[in-house]
Amino acid sequence: MTEQGKPVVPSRVMADEWHPLRALTRARIGLGRSGNAQRTTDVLAFQAAHAQARDAVHTPLNVQDMERQLHGAECLHVHSRATDRATYLRRPDLGRRLGEQSLHQLRKGAWDVVFVAADGLSSIATQTNAVPFFMAMQPLLPGWRIAPLVIATQSRVALGDEIAQAMGARMVVMMIGERPGLSVADSLGIYLTYAPYVGCPDSLRNCLSNIHAHGMTIPAGAAKLAWLMHEANRLGLTGVGLKDAAPDKVLSKYTPSLHDKDTDA
Amino acid sequence: MGYRHTLGGESYHFRDIKTLLAVASPLRSGDQLAGLAAQSDAQRMAARYALADVPLRSFVETDLVPYEEDEVTRLIVDTHDHTAFAPIAHMTVGEFRDWLLSHQADTPSLARIAPGITPEMAAAVSKLMRNQDLMSVARKVRVVTKFRNTIGLSGCLSSRLQPNHPTDDLKGIAASTLDGLLYGMGDAVIGINPATDSVANGLALLDMLDHARQLYNIPTQTCVLTHVTNTLEIMNRGGAVDLVFQSVAGTQKANEGFGVNLAILREAHQAALALGRGTVGQNVMYFETGQGAALSAGAHHGIDQQTVEARAYAVARAFDPLLVNTVVGFIGPEYLYDGKQVIRAGLEDHFCAKLMGVPMGCDACYTNHAEVDQDDMDNLMTLLGVAGITFLIGVPGADDIMLNYQSLSFHDILTLRHALGAKPAPEFAAWLERMGLYDPHANQMRPLELGQTPLAKLVSAA
Repeated sequence: MTEQGKPVVPSRVMADEWHPLRALTRARIGLGRSGNAQRTTDVLAFQAAHAQARDAVHTPLNVQDMERQLHGAECLHVHSRATDRATYLRRPDLGRRLGEQSLHQLRKGAWDVVFVAADGLSSIATQTNAVPFFMAMQPLLPGWRIAPLVIATQSRVALGDEIAQAMGARMVVMMIGERPGLSVADSLGIYLTYAPYVGCPDSLRNCLSNIHAHGMTIPAGAAKLAWLMHEANRLGLTGVGLKDAAPDKVLSKYTPSLHDKDTDA
Repeated sequence: MGYRHTLGGESYHFRDIKTLLAVASPLRSGDQLAGLAAQSDAQRMAARYALADVPLRSFVETDLVPYEEDEVTRLIVDTHDHTAFAPIAHMTVGEFRDWLLSHQADTPSLARIAPGITPEMAAAVSKLMRNQDLMSVARKVRVVTKFRNTIGLSGCLSSRLQPNHPTDDLKGIAASTLDGLLYGMGDAVIGINPATDSVANGLALLDMLDHARQLYNIPTQTCVLTHVTNTLEIMNRGGAVDLVFQSVAGTQKANEGFGVNLAILREAHQAALALGRGTVGQNVMYFETGQGAALSAGAHHGIDQQTVEARAYAVARAFDPLLVNTVVGFIGPEYLYDGKQVIRAGLEDHFCAKLMGVPMGCDACYTNHAEVDQDDMDNLMTLLGVAGITFLIGVPGADDIMLNYQSLSFHDILTLRHALGAKPAPEFAAWLERMGLYDPHANQMRPLELGQTPLAKLVSAA
């Protein structure tokens, strides 16, 4: 208490000294404290970031907006067997299979590849990045027979397998919203699978992650995917066999741990 | 034969002990996903009544996964201490609960029976316990371990400082480490989850941490949480390995999913012991576990997720670990749906591990697609603190920018230490005091500016 008896608000001096260190990491360092607790500004900032991340999970994908982004290019809309978000979150198995109506709607063709834009765990990621990524791939795949874009809702990674099977596509590229963190809520993941089938294991896929404004850019991701697709075509496979052939810069090494168990696959 | 109980005029039958355990388990989404959960609340209660009458001996006589096909079962059976089990051998699960809560079951007697308790017994009795029972029994158990300091003493609450960085930037990690040390964090371990899981990267990170530790003579241990095979190679190359880390689970097949088996863990344990880097003790292993890991690997053998999780503690126990922690909310809502389920699971994991004599800590955490928030973490950490948790994990501002999930902040752990009157490990507390960071009489960390502490050089030295 001051002489006047007014309470003293904790100063921000301590926090400001951290300014140069904050350039080294986006971690929430040097917050300062009030007693032992976080100060009001930091509590509110944290809760706001959490709110945005939750909204990214729960906001439905705006399919009309994605169609508009395609400027008249043909696309299809399918739905998984998970009827709503609550079911989707509890039952990953249902998010991996096509709803009956959607399955009947798909026609067999002779496609080299089908691209799927799936909501996954962040509809915001898909809405922001999936169509631009699909467009960026077009000039990198000259002569490829590319199926119309499929927009998939309440979808997990493996839904692409059934879509590709039903459409007769040799390869599937799943563009799917990744589980949002506090700092990034709009990160897109890309999964490439050669000759996919229902029940195909994740070890047969290759993955690019962290595609967003502050992570891997769309042109960089598209170039990496094009390399993987051409190699997949040449070798007739994806997954571990393709990863082993990739230069270090294309993919990092994968070792399973508990922290990988939160797969959105 | 199976088990039977009549409740409200309806007779319920349970095919075997595995089914009985699953149906008796408190509701959680992972058991529903596996098709193992009770179909109704009444059926769950019938299972609990039936479970209360099951003799503890049944768990010695019945293998949930066949002995011939699972090395975790073989470990549990072959190392079961019959002498330690003798004092409780005549009890049913219900009687065991009553005895655990009695005043006769004090700290020394719980320590004596620990080697006689199998994971299945611990899981079974936990299913008859309310949250307060899980806490009041666990807080009577003392598991003390040592490396460069002493973890698990009465009145202490340790912490793992987790300074992760999305590109493993050494200075970025050093900045987060500095932040945590100023809050008195890191007495359990300063431990990094690497973004890139390679031998070269692990060596670089360990070198930086070890240099910082020696620069200030910090009485703690450091760790890079890379795969055990990487750590073995790092030790071969002369890297600064204090602790060997590995994620483990409760069945052989689930451990194969993590790329490990008991033989490789034994090899790593021996290699770390041979380094002799501990100063006050030689507990050199660090394990993480978590409910749902076995099911997500398709390796749960029809066992409910809490029981199969407890079997992971038998794996941990075999290697005299310094630290074990459950990563309780990380796995996602398909295994633990909301705050209630995460809190219950955290208390169960802590109780079962402590009952078995394992030094259990917790990463109280959640992902953004679960129905959990920081208020749930406040509740969980406080309940675990009352239960006598060995250590909690802290990250700057509770936000792990590499793994994209939320844990506890350094502030949270400081708040809890203050509320409970709990202190850091004694050697570490003495160091904090020598560094002018800690007022031991008030049990408070001094709010210093960077210019007031020599620790600030930690970042430029990295």
